[in-house]
Amino acid sequence: MKHLYTWSGILVIVVASVVGDILLARAMKQVGDVHALLRRSGVWTVITRVLANPNFFLGVAAMAVAFFSLLFALSWGDVSLVAPAAASLTFIGNAFAAKIFLHEKVDRRRWIAAVLVAGGVALLAG
Amino acid sequence: MTFRKYLVLAGVTVFAAAGDSMLSHGMKQTGNISVHHLQGVFSAVLNPWIAGGILLLLAFFAAYMNALSWADLTYVLPATSLGYVLLALVARFVLHEQVSPLRWLGIALISGGVGFVAGGPALTSHGHQESPLLAKDARNGAPTSEEIPAISGGAKP
Repeated sequence: MKHLYTWSGILVIVVASVVGDILLARAMKQVGDVHALLRRSGVWTVITRVLANPNFFLGVAAMAVAFFSLLFALSWGDVSLVAPAAASLTFIGNAFAAKIFLHEKVDRRRWIAAVLVAGGVALLAG
Repeated sequence: MTFRKYLVLAGVTVFAAAGDSMLSHGMKQTGNISVHHLQGVFSAVLNPWIAGGILLLLAFFAAYMNALSWADLTYVLPATSLGYVLLALVARFVLHEQVSPLRWLGIALISGGVGFVAGGPALTSHGHQESPLLAKDARNGAPTSEEIPAISGGAKP
């Protein structure tokens, strides 16, 4: 039963972080290249454009859900399981989600990178 | 990729790693925060390590958003994972902690993964980029085949 709680906690963390990352990435693509914007119209244009974007706030909210579910999951399971499992599954989940929802070209090079990083993070945090 | 963009990616890596370690250092000083003693949260925020950690994580968020505005999510994420490598190196060479062989393997895997992504293009998705800007950037880039003979032709007496 404790295992079930821990793993459903990990699942909630992973889903919330992936949703948050995708929404934030989409928001910033809608805002446009910040460097070009800064050069052309200054810092206030960038700030108002970011703050006027609904995806940005949804993304931040999803990140907050991920953070608080991490706190809950840590009270049910060991840090050495929850933290690396959530971090490395988020990398794999993001690669899938970026391909589907952001139409990024996740080629073989990026798949290998996602798997290597996920494995490395699991080893480091474990 | 300009030098400034590499600086932003470095900022994402360094701010995340430094912010996390400052927070963790501060939390070890203040001790546990339980649901029944929520006032502990306020004294924790007053701890200089925790306040500094929060500021650095805000800087991380700004750099992360900046990077996502011109690069793919699957390009930026491996850059953030380099922070784990940085933390392990700091633990080994600054704090003189023991780093197990398994962790060195983890460092090697992450570095390899970052190397794979760094060799490819930063942006492959079609964001809502403004076309005039894109055209301007393209003009500032490498000279096209039409421009090269024009330049060499002009240099001749």
